[in-house]
Amino acid sequence: MIAINKKKIKVMADNLAESGTGRSLWKDARIRFMQNKAATVSLFILAAIVAFSFIGPYFAVWSYEKIDWNAMGSAAKVGMPSIESGHFFGTDDLGRDLYSRVIQGTQISLMVGFLGASVAVFVGTLYGATSGYLGGKTDQIMMRIVDILMSIPYMFVLILLLVVFGRSIGMLFIGIGLLSWLDMSRIVRGQTLNLKNKEFIEAAQVTGVSDFKIITRHIVPNLLGIVAVYATLLVPGIILAESFISFLGLGVQEPSTSWGALIKEGAGTIRYDTEWQLLFPLAFFVVSLFCFYFIGDGLRDALDPKDR
Amino acid sequence: MINYIIKRIGIAIPTLLILIAVSFYLMHAAPGGPFTSERPLPAQVLANIEAKYGLDQPIWRQMTNYLWGVITEFDFGPSYKYHDRTVNEIIAQGFPITLKYGFWSFIVAIGVGIPLGAIAAIRKNTWIDYLAVGVSIGAQVLPNFVMAPLLIIVFTLWLDWLPGGGWNGGSWQYLIMPVIALSTSYMASIARITRSSMLEVLNTNYIRTARSKGLPTKIIFFRHVLKPSLLPVISYLGPAFVGLITGSVIIDMYFSTGGMGYFFVNSAFNRDYSVMMGITIVVGGLTILFSLIADLLYAWVDPKIRY
Repeated sequence: MIAINKKKIKVMADNLAESGTGRSLWKDARIRFMQNKAATVSLFILAAIVAFSFIGPYFAVWSYEKIDWNAMGSAAKVGMPSIESGHFFGTDDLGRDLYSRVIQGTQISLMVGFLGASVAVFVGTLYGATSGYLGGKTDQIMMRIVDILMSIPYMFVLILLLVVFGRSIGMLFIGIGLLSWLDMSRIVRGQTLNLKNKEFIEAAQVTGVSDFKIITRHIVPNLLGIVAVYATLLVPGIILAESFISFLGLGVQEPSTSWGALIKEGAGTIRYDTEWQLLFPLAFFVVSLFCFYFIGDGLRDALDPKDR
Repeated sequence: MINYIIKRIGIAIPTLLILIAVSFYLMHAAPGGPFTSERPLPAQVLANIEAKYGLDQPIWRQMTNYLWGVITEFDFGPSYKYHDRTVNEIIAQGFPITLKYGFWSFIVAIGVGIPLGAIAAIRKNTWIDYLAVGVSIGAQVLPNFVMAPLLIIVFTLWLDWLPGGGWNGGSWQYLIMPVIALSTSYMASIARITRSSMLEVLNTNYIRTARSKGLPTKIIFFRHVLKPSLLPVISYLGPAFVGLITGSVIIDMYFSTGGMGYFFVNSAFNRDYSVMMGITIVVGGLTILFSLIADLLYAWVDPKIRY
């Protein structure tokens, strides 16, 4: 009991000490985020995974493209995970080192997730803010377009795009990015409608600031909180979409790889007693997605003023 | 209400037309036609084949012909790869299968998801709640392409309870695993949505009033809590339906069920353009129809919405 009181008093004292300088919205949010254990732990795990994908290659004995001829074709007997052979995660059926492959897959999947999400965030924020700020007929037409795009079965269109324009990672980015900004634009529009009648926007209008400048300088910065929340929830969604496509064999092409492609390979050879080929990529995939969802939830609690 | 229905249909039709136009132009923007192969055909033969399928005509002409065929006779033309089959036949073969396991997955996702979310909300912060939340987060990071191989490992290879694939006219043994693999992540989302919206409803003033005037919990729940807290679930049904249809691609690949997804992926790898387009349009049409129904349902249930 006393311990708790002491802790409380310390927190209060800290708050008092800080109140001299004043706390910004972001500092406030950071404190609230840090109080959420699941989110903080997830952030550390995720940082560790990212760090591993950059540092890991220096510890690899085999490069991802080199074939261990001993293990080729007899992965079940020779290619199991071991320190001695240098295959920390074992090998795949072709005798390639799974440790290096998983690192490569992690890099690519995370990159697709982050880049895809940034495309979506950029397009969605600008589109939603413009639509919400301009209002009237423009708003109606812009949102109608979003409605129409939303009711298109986008995975099918994405597959169509990849087949038609060739299977390249660039096309994958464009396809996923262009199709996933829709939700973002709706959320941003809703927030913009709230913001638009605030005094500081009126002040900007009265002083003759152009519409474009008001949107980019006054509206968008005030939306960053909600954008950050949905961006963290967008990343796992995009990683899932990419894995789905790669799983079908239409996404990332050999010799590159991604989580989806590795899971597919591992799942395909499961009946030959080579579980590690599925389990290592799967573990990375599942743990990372978990982390993203927890961080997203934590950020929402920290930044979304609704549930305080 | 009538106005709203007309307005919604007014969006649905152009959506479908845009979908058709976009997929049609995509097909024709592709380098190489459906008849380019490693051994080039003699020019005369190629010209004959193209004339037969009408590929020598200008593109707008081809498009109007195609559109006309789709609208008037529901005819998606012949398959470019399987010369003795039409797209209609292929869809007629795959569609009932997809519909069957899709329907059951939908039922399972709703039938398990809503009660799970409701129990978690009512017993908030008990072990039931934590279990339900844990299950739903777990199911969200295990998408169908991960669930499918895991299910096969457990139920076919280890336990040897269920057949690892095939359809067999859709008898229940062959139905169980596809339905589980397809429905889990949607079940999880529905449970999460139900839980959070029900928590919101339970904290409202009118529920407090109902409690304070001494209504039994059961009546409060069924009469006052259930309906408003299901509204967000209804608006999620549209996206869930799209996901289920898209998921059929994975299900057909893994369990060899032979539904639409199988033909779609096959045609994607074969560049069988007419089949791809036919399936995209049918799926798109269904999606649009379904989101229309979901929206109308929403407007009907929620008295606050009057368009």
